[in-house]
Amino acid sequence: MLIVQKMVILSLKGGVKVSNILHLSNLLAHKKISSVELTKQYLSAIRKINPSINAYINITEETAIAQAKKADDLRDTLGGNAPVLLGIPMALKDNLAVRGLNTTCCSKALENFKSTYTATAVQKLFDSGAVLLGKTNMDEFAMGSYTNTGIYGATFNPYDTTKSSGGSSGGSAAAVASKIAAYTLGTDTAGSARQPASFCGVVGYKPTYGTVSRYGAIALASSFDQISPIANSVKDCAIIYDTIKGFDINDMTTIKQIYAPCLDKIDGNVKNVKIGIVNELFENCSKDITDSLHQAIEMYRKLGAEIVDVKVPHIEFALPVYYILGCAEISSNFGRYDGIRYGYKTTKPYKDVDDFIAKTRSESFGDDVKRRIMLGIYFLSQNNFNEYFLKAIQLRNELVSDFDEAFKQCDLILSPTTPTTATSFDYNPENVVDKYKADICVVMTNVCGLPAVSIPCGKDKLGLPIGMQLMGAKNSDCKVLNAAFAFETNSDLKLDPGLGGVTYDI
Amino acid sequence: MTYNLVCGLETHVELSTKTKIFCSCPTAFGSEPNTNICPKCLGEPGTLPLVNMATFVYAIKAGLALNCQINKEVSFDRKNYTYPDLPKAYQTTQFVQPICTNGYIKLDSGKKIRINRIHLEEDAGKLVHSGGNTYIDCNRGAVPLIEIVTEPDISSIEEAREYLEKLQLNLRHVQVSDCKMEEGSLRCDVNLSVNRPGEPLGVRSEIKNMNSLSFMEKAMAYEYERHVSAIKNNEPLIQETRRFNESDGSTSAMRDKVDANDYRYFHDPDSPYIIIDDNFIDDIAKTMPMLPEKIKETYLEMGISEQDANLIIKYKKVADYFSLAIKTGDPKILSTYMLGEIFRSLETESQKESFDILVPYTELAELSNLQKEGKINAQMAKKTLAEMLKSGKSWKEYISKSDMEGIDESTLISMCKNAINENPTAVNDFKGGKEKALKALIGAVMRQSRGKANAVQAEQIILDLIK
Repeated sequence: MLIVQKMVILSLKGGVKVSNILHLSNLLAHKKISSVELTKQYLSAIRKINPSINAYINITEETAIAQAKKADDLRDTLGGNAPVLLGIPMALKDNLAVRGLNTTCCSKALENFKSTYTATAVQKLFDSGAVLLGKTNMDEFAMGSYTNTGIYGATFNPYDTTKSSGGSSGGSAAAVASKIAAYTLGTDTAGSARQPASFCGVVGYKPTYGTVSRYGAIALASSFDQISPIANSVKDCAIIYDTIKGFDINDMTTIKQIYAPCLDKIDGNVKNVKIGIVNELFENCSKDITDSLHQAIEMYRKLGAEIVDVKVPHIEFALPVYYILGCAEISSNFGRYDGIRYGYKTTKPYKDVDDFIAKTRSESFGDDVKRRIMLGIYFLSQNNFNEYFLKAIQLRNELVSDFDEAFKQCDLILSPTTPTTATSFDYNPENVVDKYKADICVVMTNVCGLPAVSIPCGKDKLGLPIGMQLMGAKNSDCKVLNAAFAFETNSDLKLDPGLGGVTYDI
Repeated sequence: MTYNLVCGLETHVELSTKTKIFCSCPTAFGSEPNTNICPKCLGEPGTLPLVNMATFVYAIKAGLALNCQINKEVSFDRKNYTYPDLPKAYQTTQFVQPICTNGYIKLDSGKKIRINRIHLEEDAGKLVHSGGNTYIDCNRGAVPLIEIVTEPDISSIEEAREYLEKLQLNLRHVQVSDCKMEEGSLRCDVNLSVNRPGEPLGVRSEIKNMNSLSFMEKAMAYEYERHVSAIKNNEPLIQETRRFNESDGSTSAMRDKVDANDYRYFHDPDSPYIIIDDNFIDDIAKTMPMLPEKIKETYLEMGISEQDANLIIKYKKVADYFSLAIKTGDPKILSTYMLGEIFRSLETESQKESFDILVPYTELAELSNLQKEGKINAQMAKKTLAEMLKSGKSWKEYISKSDMEGIDESTLISMCKNAINENPTAVNDFKGGKEKALKALIGAVMRQSRGKANAVQAEQIILDLIK
């Protein structure tokens, strides 16, 4: 099946080098370049740039060339009816299943594991003619904020390779930022797409929970996980979202509703849009970030938006709620990695099957995975269930009501994505709770299933990108993306890590 | 001193849906190992469950057949434990919001065994031990089950057996499951405790995985004696899970692990809350066949004995056939056919269950009417039916017009006279007090009439003539 989307006329400013989907799609449509040529350019850029950032952990050259050839043939047949994504090279976080390819989650537990089916969202991209360049680096099983806990090592920030790319979708964000993929899919369980997007100066967008099928995204915390596009522009994210969203029989948590395309609704008009500010989310931010955010707020005001203060009374519970419920779900989801049918198996002698499973799991999981599994078992155990799990469920409901209330006062909520710009690798286990605290701005939307986008809104003194987040009510994805586009199209921010990836003049 | 037995049963019943509960693999029993499997029922990373709504229809049918309340909001929970035959390391079940609650089964004594709940869940795979190795067969993984949990209302082994038989009967009638204990499609856990009258309940044992009625009876008897003797001797009993040992009929404690397990139940975030609306239940209720209890009542009203009625309703297809035949035939005569020639031709239980016979119910009804009208006697009907069951041909092939003409009274009297004249010894014996000799005389009449004579009439005539 082929998903057809209409071409869109470009309205980008001249004089910049870009690698946006819309632009590349135009080049392909006008036969300025073939998909095979474009794909080869990307592959060669990957060979050149990837060693310094380690964004890719698996380059699927054969698949890419084959898909690109097919895309070129298809374009000849379809002509003007070709989907926007036809022939455009992209990459996938390594927790997304593609039939016949390794899906490692960057864990020893799945080091040689091959998926036997393809994730729904990925299949939809393939059906639209996407070209898969490879799989990108991540924290082990997406647990982490710095893309440094996986077996393939850290992904380095394209703007400063002594700094982290963020995580857990750090590979996906760094690949887009350094222009070695036109776009990528990451996953976002507690900011795992938006935070690295913010660190790497790209757009990371977490859709409303239930609008994109999770089938084939290897579960971390099921009621928080969401496949999330990462791209160089807001419209690119809208195109990807429009392609991958929809009810899926294979994911019963997807919403049965009519899914109108978002791209058509993006015009950058924010007149009379009420943008809410939650003061707590600006606490603990660096001055560069606060300044940059205030400039953004000013711009929205100038564009006709109204800025209002809103309250989220239970905001302090968002992180504990996520860590209790998230770990509980993790402890259950991760029981299957027992080494019996697939994955890593212990090489040490064992007494019986229980001993085999215990040794296998001890050897295959990293510390963060073990920590969360143990916490989850603790929160769910009979003696603690009421005290932790049940309370967290109640507080999650309170937070949902808080946001329902807040979105009666405003259309969107604006905040920083992260309290700091890209940090250095100083992983310090004694400081685990502080590390977790950095997720405060991003975690709420996962707790409540809301859409949120992170877009670059400035640079700090070191030239590192600053991210701004816009959150919306459930199913207000198009509104969120439109407001982000309003900023993007009116801002004169220029970001480029200067690594020489694939770009084209407009 | 008497000791009370207090027992509740947890029965797992495999639903006979064509496909599994969380994927579309077939549920067929006896396939080659690991052929009815897919990424979903193998719990491959990234897969999610796909609820088979047919399992809801089946569970609701079971609920209606067992007088349950059908709940409007239903959800699934995860029961977490690690075992090699459970690839997801959790069983998806209904812990908080089961599909049915508050039902009962009425025993013949009138006593109700209350059913606390029926919940839907998935089965696990199977470990196969062979040649010192252990293999995993995942065919059974995610086959739909209902678990039917009673209150501790059962107070004897006989009641436990009757409850289970009635459960099987009802579930087979509404075609929810074949309930074959020998194939594992019905398995039962027994919860049992013993106390002295007037004293608080005793310590409970749970005996796992009974796969036949007689094993269950033996296990209960053994466990009852064990508890009684412990109480008599003031020995402590501990709450534990036990297994039944088929070899010597004893029970023994299972590894402590099962008891110590904390299943960490919580709502399955991958499956939705399901709202069941009244129309859905009404539509199912409309398709429900008459339940065995009701069918039995109608049989009793027609003059069929309770014993015969019980034997007929025991098998769904037999009861269906019989209920059709009695619409146009004679119920009492038909029941003798069913329990006589027809059951004799179906030797095993499973033959009776599948009930593949060559005689259409209309033929059987006609035959019963011929007998009722006196056109043929029971003897001839029996002989004819035996032939029909073998050949599948109509009774018309075996009974001619002249066979049905019967014998008028004067012919019968002359036949009786002949019999008396030709058998003087028998006559003398009878007169000498040998009652049996009369049979020989009647037999002679039957031979003369080639089976057409009415034996009761002939007996009366002979008696009149001899006296």
